[in-house]
Order: sequence, then C-alpha cells, then structure tokens
Amino acid sequence: MSVESGLSRRGRIWFDALTGGAAAPLSALRSVCVADAALGSETARFIAVVPDAQNRFPRARAGEVGLDEGWALAHHVRATIAEGVDGTRRPIIAIVDVSSQAYGRREELLGIHLACAAAADAYASARLAGHPVIALLVGKAMSGAFLAHGYQANRIIALDSPEVMVHAMGKQAAARITRSSVEEMEKLGERIAPVAYDIRSYARLGLLHKLVEGINADAPGRIDVDRVRAELLAAITDARAGASGLACRLTSPAARKTRAASIEVRRRLAEQWRSAEQGRSAEQGRSVEQGRSAEQGRSAEQGRSAEQGDVRS
Amino acid sequence: MNTDQAARAGYRRFLERRSFIEMNARERVRAVLDPGTFREMLDPFDRIKSPWLPLQGIVAQADDGVVLARGTLQAKPALIAAIEGAYQGGSMGEVSGAKIAGALELALDDCAQGRLIWPVLLFETGGVRLQEANLGLAAIAEIHAAIIALRRYVPVVGVIAGMVGCFGGMSLAAAVCTHLIVTPQARLGMNGPEVIEQEAGIEELDATDRGLIWSLIGGEQRYAAGFADDLLEDDADAVAAAIRKAISTGPASARAPARSMQVERYAELIRAIDPDQPPDSESLRRLWKPKALP
Repeated sequence: MSVESGLSRRGRIWFDALTGGAAAPLSALRSVCVADAALGSETARFIAVVPDAQNRFPRARAGEVGLDEGWALAHHVRATIAEGVDGTRRPIIAIVDVSSQAYGRREELLGIHLACAAAADAYASARLAGHPVIALLVGKAMSGAFLAHGYQANRIIALDSPEVMVHAMGKQAAARITRSSVEEMEKLGERIAPVAYDIRSYARLGLLHKLVEGINADAPGRIDVDRVRAELLAAITDARAGASGLACRLTSPAARKTRAASIEVRRRLAEQWRSAEQGRSAEQGRSVEQGRSAEQGRSAEQGRSAEQGDVRS
Repeated sequence: MNTDQAARAGYRRFLERRSFIEMNARERVRAVLDPGTFREMLDPFDRIKSPWLPLQGIVAQADDGVVLARGTLQAKPALIAAIEGAYQGGSMGEVSGAKIAGALELALDDCAQGRLIWPVLLFETGGVRLQEANLGLAAIAEIHAAIIALRRYVPVVGVIAGMVGCFGGMSLAAAVCTHLIVTPQARLGMNGPEVIEQEAGIEELDATDRGLIWSLIGGEQRYAAGFADDLLEDDADAVAAAIRKAISTGPASARAPARSMQVERYAELIRAIDPDQPPDSESLRRLWKPKALP
C-alpha cells in the first residue's frame, strides 16, 4: 500500500472550499495549510494540517502533527495574535482532520511533546487575547494531535459524518493496549459514550457547540460550504459574546447529563476552596499576614527563599 | 576537609535524605507544603469516584488518584495537585482530570481578582485513562487551558519525580508550565515506548531497550537538552526547596517565557535538524544546550 492511499483528503478539501483555493498560501510547509479568507464581513485565518507524502520526517507523512507541524501551527497562530494587537481580533478557524501526533524515536528525542504543547499554547493564548477560535472537525480529531490543533478553541463544531471521529488513541492501537478486539471496543462504545469513536457519541458528551448534519463532507457543493460558513459565523458570534475560557463545555444539556461528575467536582471544590484557605489562616495567622502584605512582605519572602535555596542546593 | 571526611559527610547526607519518589501522592504534597498547612480538598471521604470504571468492572478509588491541597509555600498561598502513579498508572479520567482542572480554574479566579495563589503540579501519569477516553482527553485540554491562563499571573511549577513519568496529553501540560523540575528517575515523553513500537515497528524503537529509552526521554537527558529547568536528586527537601526558589521570581513580565512560548527559537532548532541524520542524545545536548541566563 502506498503512503498516499487511504489518507484522508478531508482537511485539504475543506481548507480549499472555505478559502476559495485561491488565497495566497502563508505557510512554507506543505503539511500545514494557512490562508486568510473572507468569512462574513471580516477576514479569518484558516489553518489545516494535511498529509504530505514527501514530509521530511517519515513519521509525519500521513497527516500527523509532527515536530515541524506543531511549531508551524504555533508560529502562524501567534502571528495572528501579533497582527491583531491594534484591536481587530480576527477569527481563527482550525480545520481538523488529524490522525495522530507523530510516533517516532526522533520525535521523542526532539520533543514532540513540546511542539504539540506550543501549538496548544498558541491557540489558547489567541483565545485569551480575544480571538474567536473555532475548531471545525471534518475528519479525525485524534489524541495529542487534537490537543495541539483544535482542542483549545472557544467553540468546537463538527460535521455529522461517519469518518469524523474523536478519541484518545487509534482503534487498533487501543484494542492492542487494552488487550481486547476492535469489535469488543465498538460494543463497549455503544454502552459507554466516552470510549466511542464516532462523532454522534462524542456529541453526547456535551463538548460540541454544534453537530452540523446533512453536509456532503467529501465533495461539498456550494450549499454545503455556505451552510458551514453560516455555522462558523454563528459560532464566532457566540464565542465573542461569551467568556474567554472553556466553561461553555460544561453548560449544555448533554454536558449536564454526561459530564455530571465534571460539574459536581467543580461545585464541591468551590464549596471547599474557601474553607481550605480559612483552615490555613486559623493555624498560620502570622504567615498569612506576611503572605498578604504588599511589596515589603514579598521582598522579605524572596530574601528568605533565596537563602534557603542556597542552603539546600 | 580531607577526602575521608567529605565521603563521610556525603554518606550522612545520603542516609538522611528522604526519598520523594517512594512517597505516595499525599505524602508528597505534605512534604512540599509548609509544615502544618496541608488542607486537602475533595479527600477520599468526599467519595467522588469515577462513574465510568465500575461500568467496566474496575474498582474505583475514592479520590480517583488525585490529591488536591491548599496550604502555603514559605507563607505564600499555594495549591498543590498531585497525581498518584500507583492508581491506574496515574491516568487521567473524568474525575481526576476535573479535580486538577477545577482547582486550577479556582486559583485562576482568585489570581484574576488579585488574590495570588501559587500552583504546583506533581505529575506521575501515563496520560489519558483509556476506559474514560474522550472525557480524559477533554479534561486534559481543560488542564492545559487553565495552566496557560494562570501563567499570566503566577509561575506554574511542574515536578516529574518518577517512576511513572509523564506521558501523553499530560506531557503537554508539563511543557506549558513556567518551570519544570525533574529527577534522573523521571521520564518525559509524548508517546510511551510501547506505543511507539506498536505503531511504528521495532525498527523504529525497541521498547525493551531500557538504556535507549532513558537516553531519549530520561530526566538527565531532558534537563541537559533544555526541556526542564532543574535536575534534582531524589530528595524531598531538595524538591521542596526548588519549588520555593521557582516561585520566588518577580512579576510575569520579569520571568522568562515558558518553553512552549519560545516558538521562533525552537522552530529554528528543528529546521536545522536533518531527519536522515538526526543527532543522538549526546549531540543534542550540545546543540540545544540552553543559553546561559544573564
């Protein structure tokens, strides 16, 4: 089987469809597509990771997020932030069709974890800076690759298609690691939504802003593209009206049901948060005073800790 | 001091040393905080367990393998989150992930309102818990988000002591920390060696070649190649002191940006790599040796 066969073209198809295919490419890397294109009345930055059979890193030829890809994503997202400092916080659309992070010996040695972290960091920083960041899932959104490219978005929307999947590990690999079969895993997914792969099960977790139904995901026509554009615009409007964090992933009816434990943990934590602090202040009245006092106290602390650092190191 | 005396003093220090690695998560948190200030939140008696493990025939532990505590570090208000590596491989499920993310979010609220609190993460994790797959992955994204937001106010300190190490999506959490502390027994990698061997074949990586694995992702290598800020012996007092030193930095504007923000530097380092002739561990140390601080 050649490298090219079996590779998803979804990322490329939707990148071309949404940017008109004519936009000036901004990325020097064939595996990372970046272009600015009109979306409603403004210009948005569109970013996709796509397969590149000639990728100089062999373990990143099938559309994985590898070392080059992670750092390129970070670069292009941070460039958007830098261009927006005058006040126009342009939308950033991450078109997601990523099969995994790159698995390899070179990748580990050279810090694939840091490359992926840099991409996630850039997207999160854009969101915090006021850019509406929207992830559009058109194919696979797998594991560390999704963490790097898309999971820090203000809003996640997905096409309702059997090839659109979210998971922590590829099906075959997960079956091997858990010593079960792909069939057994699929059966388990029918019963336990978070371990399923398909996007409809994922929608039940309440993390999606919108599951867009009835779109031809492989060969989108004008109507399909216009509908997806409208959904992107609606998500951008919603993101701009909301907070800069990810709390919206806990508020939908689906989240209240399936992520009930995530909500309960936060509720009980908030209850205990102050009393945990008060417990401390009762016992440590004096040090609280020191910790709370302004500059003077702080410099005193610094002096002490430097001292201690010297003694202990 | 003559050699004998020096050796004797060294031996005494060795005997007095308290191993951090041998401590469980709760003991580690106590060892790090100022004495008498440990206040656990969502402790085992709160019984917030994984709702998903029992459905798959696995007994759920009452704290889901994460210990959260408030207390002080040299009188500064602190939040410590520690992952118990002995429970489910330190894996992140819905509850364990939400405990860490939720606590960091509360710290963020406090920081945003001017009540600074210094967060410390004690990693010991294989990454996502596969039995809770997508809810673990979602929680990890929320942990990343919270660390990145918090970092604007206070340094976020991560510690990887070992022996589990820090893998998967949580390796990204370690990478976005302001300051990362490792021991020689720590491993930091995105993909576990077994997974790489399975996915890419034994010619890519032999997961049983322990020497090779440690030379790639072990604490000494990670520190020497600039992926971590401190390399410490396995000593609880040394870990506690290094954390205090790391949080004694000034305001965010005065701190070096987290590694994951140093995009141009690392993009250039990666560009200079020839994948057909990649450096070995030794030469990477020379190539990527972090620049000396001014």
